[in-house]
Amino acid sequence: MIALSDYLILGAILFSLSVAGIFLNRKNIIIILMCVELMLLAVNMNFIAFSRFLDDSAGQVFVFFILTVAAAEAAIGLAILIVLFRNRRTINVADLDTLKG
Amino acid sequence: MTFEKILFYVFATILVLSATMVITRRDPVHSALFLVLAFFTSAILWMLLEAEFLAIVLVLVYVGAVMVLFLFVVMMLDTDLAATRAGFVKMLPVGLVVAGAMAFEMFLVVGPRYFGLDKFAMPAPHPADYSNTEELGEVLYTVYMYPVEIASVILLVGIIAAIGLTLRKRPGNKSIDPAIQVKVTKGSDRIRVVKMASELKQEAK
Repeated sequence: MIALSDYLILGAILFSLSVAGIFLNRKNIIIILMCVELMLLAVNMNFIAFSRFLDDSAGQVFVFFILTVAAAEAAIGLAILIVLFRNRRTINVADLDTLKG
Repeated sequence: MTFEKILFYVFATILVLSATMVITRRDPVHSALFLVLAFFTSAILWMLLEAEFLAIVLVLVYVGAVMVLFLFVVMMLDTDLAATRAGFVKMLPVGLVVAGAMAFEMFLVVGPRYFGLDKFAMPAPHPADYSNTEELGEVLYTVYMYPVEIASVILLVGIIAAIGLTLRKRPGNKSIDPAIQVKVTKGSDRIRVVKMASELKQEAK
């Protein structure tokens, strides 16, 4: 039998991996966005596991809304990335120092 | 060890490996493709949790739309791979330590001691005529009516923001302006009467 803790630990590992990914690829903004998506996936995994084991559909409804917001976030994030590339010809995080003063 | 348990471990292994590949690949295109694999594998794990609707939505919305968008953007931008890769080895120990500490702390909280089978027993599987989509639809359109409407507004704002950010006027654009087009008056703007002398019939050669 699969226990609730198995799913929660899987979600924890996934979340830690994406935190490590943000540390490792902090120069590449596209991979950082992908790591954020992976984090949301780990959170969704916890929500669905709890929804199943507590027999409550509210968890699945919450995941539904998280997916909606994440889709909008990805669309706007990538649009900002494209405008950024059009203006600066780079997406290297180290070069984006206009606000540094 | 039941068949379901074996399935869970196989897919959990694939999920963790593909997540590792996402954060370690040099080429962002490879990362995006491994992220597709990770989403697909978690959809299968959600199926094991009997959340069929969300599993299909994850494949359709994420693999089908969001990841294709990511691939488009990754291929459209001309990235300097060496520069974006700088500091990878330097940050590797820090990243591993932070991730390891975080995973260990979370294991202490969510481990089998508090969320094991003795605390949360496996619920009985749903009957064959159970419809997950029906159950979710019933609560989404009654209890969660206002959140659904807010979510639709968020999506609309997302569409408008994405279009508004990336729209640009190119010089030399040949597109027509409908406002000017419908403003013509019936006679004088459309035909021009030219006065000219009558011509003699040309001789056949």
